[in-house]
Amino acid sequence: MKKPKKELTVDQKIKRRNFISFTIFGAFAAGTYAGWKWLYNSPEEITGITGGAHKPLRKALNKTELFFRRLTFSENHLVKTYPKSMAAKVVRHNSDIGSEGKLPPEQWKLQVTKNSGAILQISLEELKTLPKTEIVFDFKCVEGWDQVSHWGGVKFADFIDHYKLHEEAKLEYVGLETPDKQYYVGIDMPSAIHPQTLLAYELNDQPLPGKHGQPLRLIIPVKYGIKNLKRIGSINFSKTRPHDYWAEQGYDYYSGL
Amino acid sequence: MKAIKEKHPLVMRWTHWINFPILAIMIWSGMLIYWANDVYTVTIFGHTFVRFFPEWYYNLLHIPQRLAEGMAFHFLFMWFFTLNGIFYVIYTIISGQWRYLVPDRHSFKEAWLVLLHDLHIRKTVPPQDKYNAAQRIAYTAIIIMGIGSVITGLAIYKPVQFYWLAWLCGGYHLARIWHFTLTVGYVLFFLIHILQVMLAGWNNFRPVVSGFEVIDEQPEPAIETISEDEKA
Repeated sequence: MKKPKKELTVDQKIKRRNFISFTIFGAFAAGTYAGWKWLYNSPEEITGITGGAHKPLRKALNKTELFFRRLTFSENHLVKTYPKSMAAKVVRHNSDIGSEGKLPPEQWKLQVTKNSGAILQISLEELKTLPKTEIVFDFKCVEGWDQVSHWGGVKFADFIDHYKLHEEAKLEYVGLETPDKQYYVGIDMPSAIHPQTLLAYELNDQPLPGKHGQPLRLIIPVKYGIKNLKRIGSINFSKTRPHDYWAEQGYDYYSGL
Repeated sequence: MKAIKEKHPLVMRWTHWINFPILAIMIWSGMLIYWANDVYTVTIFGHTFVRFFPEWYYNLLHIPQRLAEGMAFHFLFMWFFTLNGIFYVIYTIISGQWRYLVPDRHSFKEAWLVLLHDLHIRKTVPPQDKYNAAQRIAYTAIIIMGIGSVITGLAIYKPVQFYWLAWLCGGYHLARIWHFTLTVGYVLFFLIHILQVMLAGWNNFRPVVSGFEVIDEQPEPAIETISEDEKA
């Protein structure tokens, strides 16, 4: 026979409840600490298309980006534009990787690889015959600064139309590289054909200066500066993610705004 | 006689303690991000009082050159921070706990009395419900700040897709400043919070873990007494 339970005294109840809750509390604290240690010391991903991030964090980055892209991305969401008078006269510049010095214009041609394997060679003069689009927008660097600047060039969507690259534009990604292949970016197609994405050859109504990617650079306002490749040498299209300089250094591949 | 009185519901205790490490990680990873463009100061009439942050501080906490890592941590733990916050708010609404937490029309006047009392300027003890007026204001403000961090955070994270949030924050540039300022606010809140908890003592702290406080209760009379009014 079970003895009927004697009711606990208040002090016993206090003791008992304290014991249970503080044990759980301690276990929670220890678990949190262990979980954090695990994540903090989790192995780095093997560098492929992306690199430099903790494995679980890379997974989370990719998933989070996909979530926000599906939830919010629309080519109708335009980047806010400003009057020309607000554009910076001295335009900030961070990095010269792949675009040091000046490139003699006669030595430069844009190389575009088509699906057929044929390579288009396009001179700057030729590009300038296409309709020119200008944009004054707040350029955003992944470091956290932003600056209103004024760019002019060919809308990427116009470029696709003019060179009949419609089949290529059905692929998921565009890859762009500097002539020396030191800097390279991969852009998802919806962002590439966004109406504000430019192949820019002018800054503040002047031809691009050396340190801003002369003679032709990418201006893609829906992405951080790291994706705005300076001095484009070649463009190709692919079904899979092209290699990307900063994605290999631990940054998010998409880096969209 | 000693008696047990329930104080903080289970959900509020869990969300409180879950928030603690999450917020710590968000602040830390936020600093890794902020370092890459550390331009904020408190400058009044040309005199800089505080610079965020001095070199020794960065080096002490191993902050430099970790922007990508900071972003990766920040964009994972933002989920937990937000979901935990949403869960807490929904719970306080459904359970009715909000009644103890949201300031009422007396709170702002009473909070002043709490302050004077805490600073030992006034002797009279201000009314203390589950939370006193100053606590109501503080604990409601911190939730509004949390919502502010999520909104300003999203405005910085996706300023083009969430253009309306960026607009709400006064633009991308200002959103980053708000986001940073709110974080400074958390740190100040934390310091005062810790101080107050230490001053308030064990019986005040224990309920945040175990849920109950111990009170000294008058034993209830076994026989109902007839009040003087009823006799009359």
